[in-house]
Amino acid sequence: MEPSFLLVQSLSGLASASSLFVIASGLTLVFGVTRIVNFAHGSFYMLGAYVAVTIVPWLLEFDRSPWLFFLGVLASAAVVGLLGVAMEILLLRRIYRVPELFQLLATFGVVLIVQDAVLWIWGPVDIPGPRAPGLRHGVYIFDQRFPAYELFLIVVGPVVLGLLWLLMHRTRFGVLIRAATRDREMVGALGVNQALLFTGTLFLGAFLAGLGGALQIPRVSASAHMDLSIITEVFVVTVVGGMGSITGAFLAAVLIGQLQAFGVLIFPKITLVLVFLLMAAVLVVKPWGLLGRPEPAAGRAALPEGILHPRHFGRLEMALGAAALAALIALPVFADAYMLKVATEVLVFALAAFSLNFLVGNGGIVSFGHAAYFGLGAYAAGLLVTRIGLPMEPALLAAPMAGGLFAALFGFFVVRLSGIYLAMLTLAFAQIAYAVCFQWVEVTGGDNGVVGVWPSAWAASRQAYYYLVAVLSVAGILALRHVIYAPFGATLRACRDSEARADAVGVNVRKHRWLGFSLAGSAAGLSGGLYAFSKGSIDPTLLSIPMSVDFLAMILLGGIQTVMGPVLGAAAFHSIKDLFMPLTDHWRFFLGASIIALVLLFPRGLGGAFAMLRSRAGQRRLAAVTAA
Amino acid sequence: MTLLRVEGLNKRFGGVVAARDVAFSLHAGEMLAIIGPNGAGKSTTFNMVGGQLTPDTGRVVLNDEEITGLPPRVVCRLGVGRTFQVAQTFLSFSVVENVQMALIARHGQTRDLLARAASLHRQEALGLLARVGMEVDADRPIGELAYGDVKRVELAIALAASPRLLLMDEPTAGMAPRERAALMQLTANIAREQDIGVLFTEHDMDAVFAHADRIIVLVRGEIIARGSPEEVRTDEQVKRVYLGTTGHKAALRARKAAHG
Repeated sequence: MEPSFLLVQSLSGLASASSLFVIASGLTLVFGVTRIVNFAHGSFYMLGAYVAVTIVPWLLEFDRSPWLFFLGVLASAAVVGLLGVAMEILLLRRIYRVPELFQLLATFGVVLIVQDAVLWIWGPVDIPGPRAPGLRHGVYIFDQRFPAYELFLIVVGPVVLGLLWLLMHRTRFGVLIRAATRDREMVGALGVNQALLFTGTLFLGAFLAGLGGALQIPRVSASAHMDLSIITEVFVVTVVGGMGSITGAFLAAVLIGQLQAFGVLIFPKITLVLVFLLMAAVLVVKPWGLLGRPEPAAGRAALPEGILHPRHFGRLEMALGAAALAALIALPVFADAYMLKVATEVLVFALAAFSLNFLVGNGGIVSFGHAAYFGLGAYAAGLLVTRIGLPMEPALLAAPMAGGLFAALFGFFVVRLSGIYLAMLTLAFAQIAYAVCFQWVEVTGGDNGVVGVWPSAWAASRQAYYYLVAVLSVAGILALRHVIYAPFGATLRACRDSEARADAVGVNVRKHRWLGFSLAGSAAGLSGGLYAFSKGSIDPTLLSIPMSVDFLAMILLGGIQTVMGPVLGAAAFHSIKDLFMPLTDHWRFFLGASIIALVLLFPRGLGGAFAMLRSRAGQRRLAAVTAA
Repeated sequence: MTLLRVEGLNKRFGGVVAARDVAFSLHAGEMLAIIGPNGAGKSTTFNMVGGQLTPDTGRVVLNDEEITGLPPRVVCRLGVGRTFQVAQTFLSFSVVENVQMALIARHGQTRDLLARAASLHRQEALGLLARVGMEVDADRPIGELAYGDVKRVELAIALAASPRLLLMDEPTAGMAPRERAALMQLTANIAREQDIGVLFTEHDMDAVFAHADRIIVLVRGEIIARGSPEEVRTDEQVKRVYLGTTGHKAALRARKAAHG
């Protein structure tokens, strides 16, 4: 290969690294101060691009000068910064003290709302932006042509890094940001106006995301899919660099930019896998990223958010369970085809949600990518049937095996981390699985997926398949439920409550978490396999972030403190979604708003409400007895 | 017989020497205290014995078996129980379940998918709780207990491993004076009855001089004195560097109060 070609390749890697850094620096700053991983950071990036493709052409009509172009870019970033302020005041302020899972979900609610707002304001068609005046030409480096705008982008990254350094070291605001990143409590105790500091940080963070988006418009059209595609890359950059470290984000962005630029030459299809390998390697050696620091341990012992004490079924629950089981058996007698389809899906999701809460509620392992194992189970079953021609039965056996194997593979890395790092790593793995299913067109059918995943003849009728799903799902749920009460489930809770104590009584914490992760993955895989046959097809949305969030919303709605709550949550969530989605064009908006409302108003979910009613009734009975 | 032998432990954190050639031994049934000012390297030494830290050089030998650098869970299985400076318990569990969990771990049943955790080893756990005087509260959530009681339960959890050696990092930190004396007396009784060696660090001189059989004084990572409480109390260097005149008198008082 020519040296000049390698140089140009490296330069284009630097250009994308530069853009990535500008966006990632905002996320890492906000995390450093507020300890919230802002899912909506990708939405700010998308909004930056949309605002820019609206106002920059308008400005350029006055005069096609580079100055007006960059004024427009900065103005777009400032508009997005103000949206960040709005988000801080309206939402984030209320959730600084809630557990990470709830924070991530609430900011994902914002992602959904922004997606709908963008579609509503700008429509579904991609909008190309204007090219930058004065930077439209190409520059010749040796004999290779290189766009001038890309050269300009290469400069932007270090300039932003330099400006941020000046801000951090030469201004009071910057010193406060650094202090808060080190020790938020202490900054508060010193009498710093925290509200102002947090709002200012959100402005800066959103501004940087908006700037990153606005700078992209000469290269890519503004589209409604920009948010989730960028957020994964940004997560990877910030995790590799170390959460809260701006210099770390810069290093990681350069590393990943180069890896992608040269990886494309060697393995054109699997650059994403290379990025994943880099991330895995970094996290194994340095669990807190290149320049990150371990989270300071919490000073006081707090009750974990999750299943505290798995209650045994009382007479009431036994009766309810028996009634539910009877209803399940009798349903096909009076249900129409549509109801039966919904009921089948509810059963499938109930198993997936239950397996997720096995991790989240029982193990304290907040997986943000549970759809990966669901989807991989579905793909394993679907591909075996359509590509190899296996019948349904062995394919349904392969589904949990695939889910479990991939959960074991990814889990090997996942269980080395905890808290927010763990959540982000599970999300990144899920995105990689998604990307492979999306890009490996020859095998997976790419975006369209594969059709013709039908059950065997004996299970082909809706009723028969419904019964098959009912038997397997209920069996799966009851088996997992049994494990929660068994020593293994108790051990997972023990590891969640106190790692140090579990270790000191002789428990290999990592190994048990890994086994739990694999077990939950295989249950999700079975659920995915069942889903594939009920739909007759597979496609990448089964592994997507929205699918993972659906599962999380189910367990949140059901109540992560309860053992059976997720089943209730899956039933309620899926029925509501299925009922409302066809009625409105803005279901994303409603879903997002409902998730936020759940987090803010109803964090214990349906299961929590049921438990509360029961204990109230119990108290009333007790009061009556003592009075008499 | 010698239960624990520590030879030439060294540990540096960057430029700070946290332990330099620390060596001592501990017999079964003996209570050995490590004392010293803040930052003297007590917790470092302690964590190197318990497996939380790996020494740069040196050996830790338990019952003629080298355990240097083994992780805590393995050290535990070899017969070492421990309590923490800030009590570490399973907060969502009840008192008795905390002890049951430790017993489940000791019997290697943590991967059992079939049994019911709530009914495993309950009698044995209640017995251990009775030893520390907590059987009445067995079914209360551990989060409801007063801190002194939590420390007792933690002792029961540590005993569940049927240890030959107990490691207690500042066992009485954060407790009221009366609770402190009671906990130390309890520990001493259990250690003598069952021939368990106890290695503990402590800032409370009452606890140390009342109950320790031998004392090691660490200053800046080095052992500057060792011996019986009487020897350490009267050691001029210890008096100068650590105890001071008031501490010296307090130590005498504590010794007299405990042993008449």
